[in-house]
Amino acid sequence: MKRFLWPLAIFILLVGFLAVGLRLNPREVPSPLVGKAAPAFELPVLHQPDKRFVPGDMRGKVWLLNVWASWCVSCREEHPVLMELSKRSVMPILGLNYKDKGEDAQRWLKQFGDPYQLSVVDADGRIGIDYGVYGVPETYLIDAEGVIRYKQIGPLTQAIIDDKVLPLAKALKK
Amino acid sequence: MRILLLAVFVSVSLLSINVKAIENANPQTEQRIRQLSEKLRCLVCQNQSLADSNAELAQDLRQQLREQVAAGRSDDAILDYLVQRYGDFVLYEPPFKATTVLLWIGPFVLLAAAALVLVATLRRRRRVPEEPALGPEDRRLVERVLGPAVPPERDGSAR
Repeated sequence: MKRFLWPLAIFILLVGFLAVGLRLNPREVPSPLVGKAAPAFELPVLHQPDKRFVPGDMRGKVWLLNVWASWCVSCREEHPVLMELSKRSVMPILGLNYKDKGEDAQRWLKQFGDPYQLSVVDADGRIGIDYGVYGVPETYLIDAEGVIRYKQIGPLTQAIIDDKVLPLAKALKK
Repeated sequence: MRILLLAVFVSVSLLSINVKAIENANPQTEQRIRQLSEKLRCLVCQNQSLADSNAELAQDLRQQLREQVAAGRSDDAILDYLVQRYGDFVLYEPPFKATTVLLWIGPFVLLAAAALVLVATLRRRRRVPEEPALGPEDRRLVERVLGPAVPPERDGSAR
């Protein structure tokens, strides 16, 4: 009897591993940037191209950096969540307009609404690489010292905002 | 149908010639970029290397490689640059460290365990007596059925 139980136990163990493995999302690669200083950049502002923005301008604030583009389908899916968050004005949301055309981006914001305090333009995706962006939209929660505390790959949902982003932001503000 | 296929093949190969022509700047540099990008994973299509992927991000990253090679940075420095941004996951060959010990050592541990089980099984098998000896009662039964025992023939020709 025992000799049949062993293979059965191993089989069940394997099935368990596979079941867990199937539930994991292989697209979510843990970012090495969490816990590190947000990479510096200096980029033009989307609506005022002669103005430039550096992350240092946000010192002392807990803020979100949301990577978006007008060509990005999931960004549209995520957009109402950002609009809702900006209405509550709990924290500034800044946009990094990634590999997009200026006019397309502006038209997109006009059509769907602009949740951003401002958006900066990363036309060639250079800063995206510094931030390890590989699947737009991506969102970074950055603390008052300019350290990345959380990274969301793929669209934000209301559940993620409520369960992860807001509690973390609240803790960081203290 | 054949003509259509042919046309597709020809246009695809023309396309690749075109790509080659663009990249044909400096054979040595290209060789290094090629080698580097084969070690790196494209994060958009994760089963492809940066060398094989045509995703936009892969193109951008290859451009980064090209610039950094041109700037004279070492291979390690360039790989490090990408690991800092995208994590160890960009490397097809994960580095040996605390979190990857199981990955690197695991197969050998399994192999050793399997070898131990094999040795133990073989030993146990050897201990089993080869044939149970016939008791006097069995012998009597055999003689009753087959007749009295005949001494084996001397020349050994019979079975």
